[in-house]
Amino acid sequence: MDAAESDPSDQTQAAALPALDLQHAAKSFGAVHALIDGSVTLRAGEVHALVGENGAGKSTLVKILAGVHQPDSGTLTVNGRQVTLHGPAAARAAGIAVIYQEPTLFPDLTVAENMFIGRQPLRPGRRIDRRAMQEEAAATFTRLGVPLDPARIARGLSIADQQVVEIAKALSLEAKVIVMDEPTAALSAAEVDRLFEVIRTLTSQQAAILFISHRLEEVFAICQTVTVMRDGKHVMTSDLAGLTANDLVRAMVGRELAERPPEAAGAEPGEPVLTVDRLTREGVFTGISLTVRSGEIVALAGLVGSGRSEVARAVFGIDRYDAGNITINGQKLKKASPTAAMAAGIGFVPEDRRQQGLVMDMSVQQNVALASLGNLERGGLIRAKAERAMASDWAARLKIKYGRLTDPVAMLSGGNQQKVVLAKWLGRKPRLLIVDEPTRGIDVGTKAEVHRLLTDLARDGVAVLMISSELPEVLGVADRILVMREGRLAAEFSHADATEEALMSAAMGQHEASRGTL
Amino acid sequence: MRAVIAPRRQQRQDSGAGSVRLAERVSRIRESGILAVLIVFVAVTTLVKHRFLDTSNIQFVLVDTTVFALLALGETMVVISRNVDLSVGSVVGLSAYLSTDLFAQHPGIPIPVVFLAGLGIGLACGLANGIMVAAGRVPSLVVTLATLYIIRGIDILIVGGSEVDASSLPNAFLDIPKDTIGGIPDIAIAVAVVIAIGAYYLRTYRSGRDLYAIGSNPEAARLAGLPVGRRVFTAFAVSGAIAGVAGVLWGAQYGTINSTAGTGYELQVVSAVVVGGVAIFGGSGSVTGAALGALLLSTISSALYVLGISPFWDQAIWGFLLLLAIALDQTITARLTAALRKNARSRQ
Repeated sequence: MDAAESDPSDQTQAAALPALDLQHAAKSFGAVHALIDGSVTLRAGEVHALVGENGAGKSTLVKILAGVHQPDSGTLTVNGRQVTLHGPAAARAAGIAVIYQEPTLFPDLTVAENMFIGRQPLRPGRRIDRRAMQEEAAATFTRLGVPLDPARIARGLSIADQQVVEIAKALSLEAKVIVMDEPTAALSAAEVDRLFEVIRTLTSQQAAILFISHRLEEVFAICQTVTVMRDGKHVMTSDLAGLTANDLVRAMVGRELAERPPEAAGAEPGEPVLTVDRLTREGVFTGISLTVRSGEIVALAGLVGSGRSEVARAVFGIDRYDAGNITINGQKLKKASPTAAMAAGIGFVPEDRRQQGLVMDMSVQQNVALASLGNLERGGLIRAKAERAMASDWAARLKIKYGRLTDPVAMLSGGNQQKVVLAKWLGRKPRLLIVDEPTRGIDVGTKAEVHRLLTDLARDGVAVLMISSELPEVLGVADRILVMREGRLAAEFSHADATEEALMSAAMGQHEASRGTL
Repeated sequence: MRAVIAPRRQQRQDSGAGSVRLAERVSRIRESGILAVLIVFVAVTTLVKHRFLDTSNIQFVLVDTTVFALLALGETMVVISRNVDLSVGSVVGLSAYLSTDLFAQHPGIPIPVVFLAGLGIGLACGLANGIMVAAGRVPSLVVTLATLYIIRGIDILIVGGSEVDASSLPNAFLDIPKDTIGGIPDIAIAVAVVIAIGAYYLRTYRSGRDLYAIGSNPEAARLAGLPVGRRVFTAFAVSGAIAGVAGVLWGAQYGTINSTAGTGYELQVVSAVVVGGVAIFGGSGSVTGAALGALLLSTISSALYVLGISPFWDQAIWGFLLLLAIALDQTITARLTAALRKNARSRQ
């Protein structure tokens, strides 16, 4: 272990003591060793990155800090005092706040109540002081520079705003340690910038922050130190200055990775598979016309909220539309019917795989077979043997890592879950595959595999429509790139013409600072 | 950059306020909607049969509502936390018999003691439900379906073929539903006060808000460190205790108590709660709405009786209202979500 800890030069006396120090934490779930040797040291006023592939044990470490899991062994020291966290309340009392990748808000409660639940300000008689609660919430949002209305209910908030609520909650708790588990996964560039502003505000107030992200450029942009984990173990801790992204990737995967970004399929596109003609949904998208030909990967880029996912959902028949036509291989597609879309040979890998792509409680095998049940049944009964054969075949082809095919899919890591979703659709031999954010929250190694899979599919003649917020992915994988802005198609680029800057300015509609994410 | 942001912020504030207004309007509409249906029902029935609005009939409806409204209060607390208590009908039956039987066993026993006994019996049942749901992590639908039968079974074992009849009950007890202040039955006032307290509690106390949070997102509630098990346990205990008290009231109202008392009440109470705008999957709704739902259902029964329509229609109309309420909820939630999303989008 080449742990090279360093004290930033401008640390004050008080900050010399680590704000939080976790040493040699281990946690097993039955036979699965989720965390074998996890260590991390956080200092006040510092943003500390935690990186590693999916399944490296980051989430388990986070849940230990959150008090959700109790470690089997290891020590946790907060502000010089050794503590045992028996539950989330204990973690909160110890001054640790955790912001999860998927914010956990109460949709029926107001924003202010979400922030203060369980510790609302009181007036005499232990009654909740609503006005004080609203005012304090409003003050916190002002401090963060985000004008959210504390009195609205949380239902319908964008993921970025949900995270802001979580951060505001941590702030109002006066948490000394804030753990952010992939906070940027679902944010647009402007929102990431806003988050970074907030993080800088937090560190200037001497908070210690643990920042988990798969986007290394963000790690370098906002963090000062980094801890790398692999296979449940601590690999290294170091100052970020002097390190390169390649150093980190090497430490994460334990080997050199093939050069990114991947190559486009480059296959000669064939006949149009999908033709969308002046598709309009009032208030969401307007006059969208596009074609995806067989063997072609077309990327739909644009800011989150520009209507990309909504167009894809309309094509697959999940959402209705008000005007326009969709044809598949020259046949007009029935409106608002996923069944018709599937019958026409469309596969759809949704953005939110946990909610929409998978049935989390069902087995790996059942999830893979889910879209192909028609082929697996005889006399109305599903043939278990055929289901198993199909699942193990696809698991092998996509290199899905699993314990048993009968394990619930929830037990797989994010990357492997995404492969299960892909396998589910590939089993139907789709003519058109729509993938929405195919590599969100997936580690570098699996990401490359997913990219290769998409280009292989295109070479086999499948038409692929990909929605992605990651510019390297869009630039690398797509043959053609369509950029959406505010519900309209703003620009089109070929693989050769596209640059990050050109895409960004098309997506923003103005010259704003560009960055690695849309 | 700053210049760009400033007008955006302005817009944010505006649409934010709009969405709040929307959310508030919807929740108010939900309660005033029931009130509107109630008024229409009363108006139409009165036009046909004027005696529907007689003092005596109004008193009858109010007294008839009290047991349901009380049960609806306890049920609301349980349903808000994304649970359900199906045992309340059986608890009413057991409590009604055991507590009123005390008058025969111990002549001269003070009435408040009998109410306390009923409360205790209900509380015991509620605690049993609560332990199994909160500590045993068994879905409440299953637990309370089981206790529905178990408690009824115990009731039948104890009561057998006998019954408590009015002759063994003191007049002061039987008069409880008849006493009035200014034409309004005492007991209706008392129940209204209890419901007001319940509504205030759920709105204003942390533990009350916890119930909404738990029902809205149980996982988030756990992560937020809320005492989920304890709150759910308490909700069942309170629901049981209230059902126990309601059982004693039932005894005072009907005077004759055998082993079938309160049969089928659980579904009527759940109906009242849902018609009253409490989301069946928890997280939203109010005690006031649930009580109005109970009042509406009692009014409908009475109206059908006054109009001379077969009581068969009673249940059919309840079922229809239930469907209507659920359809309305779905529509409102969908519209509300869409509107809030749209607001969120226009802010970006």
